[in-house]
Amino acid sequence: MYQYTDFDHQFIQLRAQQFRDQLERWQAGKLGEDEFKPLRLQNGWYVQRYAPMLRVAVPYGELSSQQLRVLARVAREYDQPDAALLAEAQATQEKLGDIPLHDGRRIGTKLKYGYGHFTTRTNVQFNWIPLSKAADVMDLLATVNLHGIQTSGNCIRNINSDALAGIAEDEIADPRPFCEILRQWSTLHPEFAFLPRKFKISINGAREDRAALGWYDVGLQLVKNDAGELGFKVRVGGGMGRTPTISPVLREFLPWNQLMNYLEAVIRVYNRYGRRDNSWKARIKILVKAEGQAYIDQVDEEFRQIVEVEGGPHTITQAELDRVTASFQEPALDLRPSDAEAETLALLRTASDEDSEFGRWMHRNVLPHRQPQLRAVVLSFKRLGYAPGDATADQMDAAAELADRFSAGELRVTHEQNLVLPWVRRDQLPALYKAARALGLAKPNIGLLTDMIACPGGDFCSLANARSLPIAEAITERYQDLDELFDLGEIDLHISGCINSCGHHHSGHIGILGVDKDGKEWYQITLGGADGSHLSGPAAPGKIIGPSFSAAEVPGVIEALLTTYRALRQQLPDHSQGPKYEHFIDTVRRVGIDPFKAAANAVRLPSTAISA
Amino acid sequence: MKIIANSAHQTSVEGQKIIDLPNDADPLTLDLAGVARIDLHFPKFSDGRAFSQARLLRQRLKFAGEIRATGDVLIDQLVQMARCGFDVAVLREGVDLADAQRQFDRFSAFYQGDVLHPQPHFARAA
Repeated sequence: MYQYTDFDHQFIQLRAQQFRDQLERWQAGKLGEDEFKPLRLQNGWYVQRYAPMLRVAVPYGELSSQQLRVLARVAREYDQPDAALLAEAQATQEKLGDIPLHDGRRIGTKLKYGYGHFTTRTNVQFNWIPLSKAADVMDLLATVNLHGIQTSGNCIRNINSDALAGIAEDEIADPRPFCEILRQWSTLHPEFAFLPRKFKISINGAREDRAALGWYDVGLQLVKNDAGELGFKVRVGGGMGRTPTISPVLREFLPWNQLMNYLEAVIRVYNRYGRRDNSWKARIKILVKAEGQAYIDQVDEEFRQIVEVEGGPHTITQAELDRVTASFQEPALDLRPSDAEAETLALLRTASDEDSEFGRWMHRNVLPHRQPQLRAVVLSFKRLGYAPGDATADQMDAAAELADRFSAGELRVTHEQNLVLPWVRRDQLPALYKAARALGLAKPNIGLLTDMIACPGGDFCSLANARSLPIAEAITERYQDLDELFDLGEIDLHISGCINSCGHHHSGHIGILGVDKDGKEWYQITLGGADGSHLSGPAAPGKIIGPSFSAAEVPGVIEALLTTYRALRQQLPDHSQGPKYEHFIDTVRRVGIDPFKAAANAVRLPSTAISA
Repeated sequence: MKIIANSAHQTSVEGQKIIDLPNDADPLTLDLAGVARIDLHFPKFSDGRAFSQARLLRQRLKFAGEIRATGDVLIDQLVQMARCGFDVAVLREGVDLADAQRQFDRFSAFYQGDVLHPQPHFARAA
């Protein structure tokens, strides 16, 4: 992990101090509500449906066990609503109604507290901390270099990357040093704190795009040119929301050391010319789309002048890259000698004899590593009884303990709302499996239907049009049979409670979007979206399969879509280990959405068929 | 950075060439000969276009006169204004100047290059 310098650490402490100063001025009436709002937002403090929400940044997803323990402490000590507030919120949410399951049970809202929520942009959110305690929480977080700097507001947000950065087998170059250099460059950038709209950057260093580059305001792919030099393929102007857009490539090859000079140009042109009259049209994607080549020409000219007139002041020096790279120390691991291979294999065999699920877990939750004696292991935070990506204080402490025992004290928050242990010895997989299983974090469902992405939705978020969590729970309840889940194979199911798309519904193979009609919760369903990974194919938004469905209809519609897939899927030629089928996304691409649309329409309920 | 109250802000001064630049204007087209002062505008504090204008005036055009921040200016933006090249800010009446001054005393340095320190922190420290 990156080792924070004294300067880095002090900077975060000063930021916490500054926030306390702002909070106190607001409490004293010296700062108006409107003036305080952007200040608290740029420190991660929203005001939501029932209480404030804090979003803590986890830069490029890297988290130490020590940091996770402090997040657990925040959950335990501060994420605690008073009883009256909770009761009132629960009663209000219950009025939204339940979702009936086909076995007669009903799923409604169950508001929880004392936990953290991992987000698609690898932040951690808390839902019940009163603003009066906000400054104390920021001080506590700062003790372990955590903060909420620029996790909200119209500024450059937390930098994202591949959860396997620096350990992947298929890496062209390690993106983490560049993530950290950009974290520093974007932190309290004086010119870009009041942009037309929020601005998100993602960096990928592997051959496979695991960082959804096409969907970002700026997507940076590390590449090597013909001369073997390192640089970035730069995409600008992607985004979700009301206008889902896959970004065009602005530069096929930008030398690595020019990264910040170029981004200063990209964002300065946006700051000057991006629309500010309509927040729905204020993202950079709209500017890039509207101006096309004119935007690109202007960026090129601005970049040229930054370099030629100003001397390229933001050029990354080799010394700085070396310093930051060296700071990502390889952990000291007690690796077993290679002649212990037979012993390791025997251990793995015994484990799979003892527990039939171990093999499934190895298959789904254990990922390859550039170091052959190591593996990356995904702890699944997708299990019945918890919202996707939620972790209680005790679970966060327990995950920190697993990281200390098995992964050199390091974890990664993933875009899919799970945690990864990046440095696990192969021979310790059985022991890790047992420990994780005892904690309920070894569900072998990574990449499968129930490893779904969901935003907090209408249970917490004041922007949401509909709830996400009861929908997620209803689908999770229905698909508990592992044989069935494995048979359905890899499917990205993404759920957003509104068009702001925090649940990335546009990029789901199946996307569910909450919409509001006459004050009732309805859901639009899309098929064929892709984040850009190998399995999903080139980034693309899904297609809507018709008028929206009522909450009660959604579980049946999902089942109908999956049944249709099973009926239409083609068997693949390789059946050395039993029959294999094309993935859901491939069937959708091959046959189109019509058969799925027909199946979904057939399960509309009579009471809603008219309004649909 | 000099902070002046709204009552002390004069849009024209005898014998001084002052440009009052709207925040959607392109500063790179200005004729700066003989210009003593440029007033940049924040119609709302959340409209950050003038930050880019100030940087272009200072770093691209090497403008050495006064750059004044006018309009909806918050004390929590003063440090970033100074870093973008503003040297005077007009604050509305009733703002506690001690609160404003405290913001300048907090951070001893920043990561990225700006008008005051064109090099990033890493290049300066090295």
